Amino acid sequence: MGNKQTIFTAQQLDAYQDNPFRQRIAEVFSEDGEGNMTLNDFLDMFSVLSEMAPRDLKAYYAFKIYDFNNDDFICKSDLEKTLNKLTRNELTEDEVRMVCEKVIDEADLDNDGRLSLEDFQHMIVRAPDFLSTFHIRI
Amino acid sequence: MPPKRKNDTAIKVEDVGMDVDAVLDSGSEEEARRRTKNRRIKPQRKAKQVSDDEEEEEEDEAPKKRGRKKKPKPQDSDEDDEEDKRSVKSKGSKVSRKKAQKDDSDEESEEDRGKRKKGGAVSKKEKEEQNKDKKGNPKERRRDSKGGDKDKKKKNGKLSSSSDSGESDEDSLSEGELAALKEQVEEKKKLIATLRNKPWRMKRRLVLLKEAQEFVEKFEGALGKGRGRKLYAFKVMMTKKFIKFKRDFENFKTACIPWERKIKEVESHFGSSVASYFIFLRWMYGVNLVLFGLMFGLVVLPEVLMGLPYGSIPRKTVPREEQDSAMDFSVLFDFGGYCKYSILFYGYYNNSPTIGVLKFRLPLSYLLVGVGIFGYSLMVVVRMMARNANEGGDGADEGEFTFSWKMFTSWDYLIGNPETADNKYASITTSFKESIVDEQENQKDENIHLRRFLRVLANLMILCCLGGSGYLIYYAVKRSQEFSKMDPDDLSWLQKNEVEIVMSLLGLVCPPLFETIAELEKYHPRIALKWQLGRIFALFLGNLYTFLFALFDEVTAKLESEKIIKNATEWGLNEYYANYSSFYNTTNVPPPNVDPADVVRGPCWETAVGIEFVKLTVSDIQVTYLTILIGDFLRAVTVRFLNYCWCWDLEAGFPSYAEFDISGNVLGLIFNQGMIWMGAFYAPGLVGLNVLRLLTSMYYQCWAVMACNVPHERVFKASRSNNFYMGLLLLVLFLSLLPVVYTIMTLSPSFDCGPFSGQDKMYDVVMETIEKDLPAFIGNIFTYATNPGLIMPAVLLMVLALYYLNTTSKGYQQANLDLKKKMQMARDEEKNRRNNKDSTNQVMKDLEDLLPNKSLVPPPTEEEPPPPDVVTEKGSKSPKTKPGSATKGVNLQKEVSLAASNPRGPVTRAPGPRGGPPGNTRGPQPGPGRGRGAPPRK
Repeated sequence: MGNKQTIFTAQQLDAYQDNPFRQRIAEVFSEDGEGNMTLNDFLDMFSVLSEMAPRDLKAYYAFKIYDFNNDDFICKSDLEKTLNKLTRNELTEDEVRMVCEKVIDEADLDNDGRLSLEDFQHMIVRAPDFLSTFHIRI
Repeated sequence: MPPKRKNDTAIKVEDVGMDVDAVLDSGSEEEARRRTKNRRIKPQRKAKQVSDDEEEEEEDEAPKKRGRKKKPKPQDSDEDDEEDKRSVKSKGSKVSRKKAQKDDSDEESEEDRGKRKKGGAVSKKEKEEQNKDKKGNPKERRRDSKGGDKDKKKKNGKLSSSSDSGESDEDSLSEGELAALKEQVEEKKKLIATLRNKPWRMKRRLVLLKEAQEFVEKFEGALGKGRGRKLYAFKVMMTKKFIKFKRDFENFKTACIPWERKIKEVESHFGSSVASYFIFLRWMYGVNLVLFGLMFGLVVLPEVLMGLPYGSIPRKTVPREEQDSAMDFSVLFDFGGYCKYSILFYGYYNNSPTIGVLKFRLPLSYLLVGVGIFGYSLMVVVRMMARNANEGGDGADEGEFTFSWKMFTSWDYLIGNPETADNKYASITTSFKESIVDEQENQKDENIHLRRFLRVLANLMILCCLGGSGYLIYYAVKRSQEFSKMDPDDLSWLQKNEVEIVMSLLGLVCPPLFETIAELEKYHPRIALKWQLGRIFALFLGNLYTFLFALFDEVTAKLESEKIIKNATEWGLNEYYANYSSFYNTTNVPPPNVDPADVVRGPCWETAVGIEFVKLTVSDIQVTYLTILIGDFLRAVTVRFLNYCWCWDLEAGFPSYAEFDISGNVLGLIFNQGMIWMGAFYAPGLVGLNVLRLLTSMYYQCWAVMACNVPHERVFKASRSNNFYMGLLLLVLFLSLLPVVYTIMTLSPSFDCGPFSGQDKMYDVVMETIEKDLPAFIGNIFTYATNPGLIMPAVLLMVLALYYLNTTSKGYQQANLDLKKKMQMARDEEKNRRNNKDSTNQVMKDLEDLLPNKSLVPPPTEEEPPPPDVVTEKGSKSPKTKPGSATKGVNLQKEVSLAASNPRGPVTRAPGPRGGPPGNTRGPQPGPGRGRGAPPRK
């Protein structure tokens, strides 16, 4: 399988430059975890983000994307990062803290103060527009 | 036994494979099929029934069904079974022969078989005791992965013999074996079809795909499959096309919604509350378009096309004394002169019962349209309210995951355009702010007594304001009545328009005043908006009704003067006839030959009323637009550019930029609509004017908002239903319906203008039509229907129905509440249960870590194709092959099991029963694995 491998970098995903999580997506799907993608990784990414990918798969990768520090939990710092990326730092610190607390409060089922994949799935499968927004068309 | 096992496997695939049902397939798969097809052209052994069979197979349920059916006995007389058998029989010998030729590929098939066996084993295990299966499985797995052919042969006995011992017992393939083979092929095919849905890395997928393809290629040809491939490809293509078409169609539909983009843009920057105004405006525009269509199509157009032209009769001519100034701008601007005697107003319409060659009954149509406008509006408003009520709610979200969803699903990954992205950022920020405001409001609790006192105080002050403004209007109206008795030439413009000015000024000054007072109350902005709306509504209502009463005075005065003129005219006519007949001594008197401009005519109060409404509407438009221009645009410009040379920060400090005034605008719109409803009967052109106004207003205000306004300090979410607006609208509709219906029913129309001239009452037109032009029995029906004896029971019935429905809806509400409570409780319970389980899991995890067995699981080679049906096992293996995804494997398992989505699962699978040490060797299991958090595998 090792033939014809091209390296894709995060910068090459120009079409989706506006996505606040572009760096994370590249990291999650790349094998080396640093955003350098082989062709296979690239295909992986598009297969997961395609319309037909099953919801649980999508949810799993969404979890990975939002899990900034790769510790398999979405903890507060991850949430803060996500929020700041989403709002371009326009919320005040208080507001950010409050939102993060609310998120944990809502979605954390086992009360460990962070979201496990299970919590995340539990929450995301109920989201009405997760499937419609979490995909890319080429 | 073997077939049964296979069936189990098949079922297992159904269970485990994620989303097997998705018939969709990737390009790669299609390509693969094509490839195999090309290669398979040589074999070319396709029987007819086989193609049927394959079609069957492509529906994903088919294998399952077949599998189940075969379980009891393979010879089940199901149709496709039979077909299978036949095909299998006919092709069986060939299969084996070909197999003999292809020795080199045997190995692979063996591997496949191994995999399958594994799958079978797993499924069997599933059915058996857990402890047992844990014991058995790892061993088996290990053996398999080592590629021990012997094991396989021993285990699978006959099964595997079908492949690698093709030479030995060539033509002796039993039916069961063939069926088994077929199952395999089907599985492979299904794997190909659903490969893209599997949670594997691309590398594994490619390997798997290749293998599956090769396998299918080899055996499928042998089994005579492959016809219908074209059909299948075609089907696939059509599905894709269809999906694309559907998507395009959706886009098209969205693109067809007028101003959707504009509104979304506003919404993303100013929040849903401001957007709700624009949505309301758009809805209003739609309603008015319909009204305009009715009015224009059924009244104005027929009169223009088929009625008498201008200047033919007195009512369509400007009177002689007005003709000099009829084209003056000042006169036209007051809708006098030519405007007054045009199709814009009631007086222009002729009273001939039918017009034109079509015998169009214009007067009847006029009345029916006038009433129909109300009917349609009522229906639309009520329907809209009902629909909104269904959506329910008060903006406060009942969802459990408001913030989480906002956080994790609000970004649309489809966005690939910087501008859209900017809007999206803005809208996400706004929506977060909205939710934060709501949340803060929930958490707030302060000095309730102080708050109450302040609220009472605020209401008092506002009542004073309302009373004051009411008196002011009353005073102005009184004065204007005095003025109207004087000679109009002596009055200045100010004196003439005093009432309008006072009303506009009140409308300008009071709302901000109310807003300031409302600060005292410290309501949630959404509730504050409602209060504000209610108060301004009260203010405007006062204005409206003062205006109406003034108008009524005018109308009665006009009616009196009209009576005099009418008598005089009749008297004059009588004189004329008498003189003429006595002079020429004939009874055949021609009508007096007078120029239509010179005919003496009454004041025509209907037109006067129409003019009043049109004037009011126009002045309202002017005031609104000027306010926006000065209050928003000029202010923004000043603040923006004077800021460079000013002693304090204008942008942050005092004048600042304006906020968008939702309440004022909404009420302006509502009252404007009230004017339209009231005036439309007397001024058919008013509806057209309003359509224009709304159209321009949409663009103008959208621009103004985006260019000169700043978002509210506390962006708040609009209530999801605009029912408050709708309620106000309904109220205004009702209030405007009253006077119009009153005038139609009680006042007698002018004798010399309008479609009803010469009649005693306007509705006589209807009576006349019923009596003269409709069959007699309809007239009878009407008489019966208007009988009090019938109406009373009908009313009674309606009241009863109302009562019943009200009770039912209350019951439902109660049930709703209860259910909500239950849901909350269930959620809490689940939370608790999960907590408990987690703690036990912790113990389990520690136990597992203690055990050395884990290391015994051999590191599987990467090239080994994973069993397609044992997704979960694969998942647990993958970490070893790919360091980057060490944790992924585990989570995948959970994911797979979660796909089954049985929330109770983890509890029934409490760690108790499987606590035995052997269980741990296997690592996380598909089923129970979900119960545990991610950490154990790390």
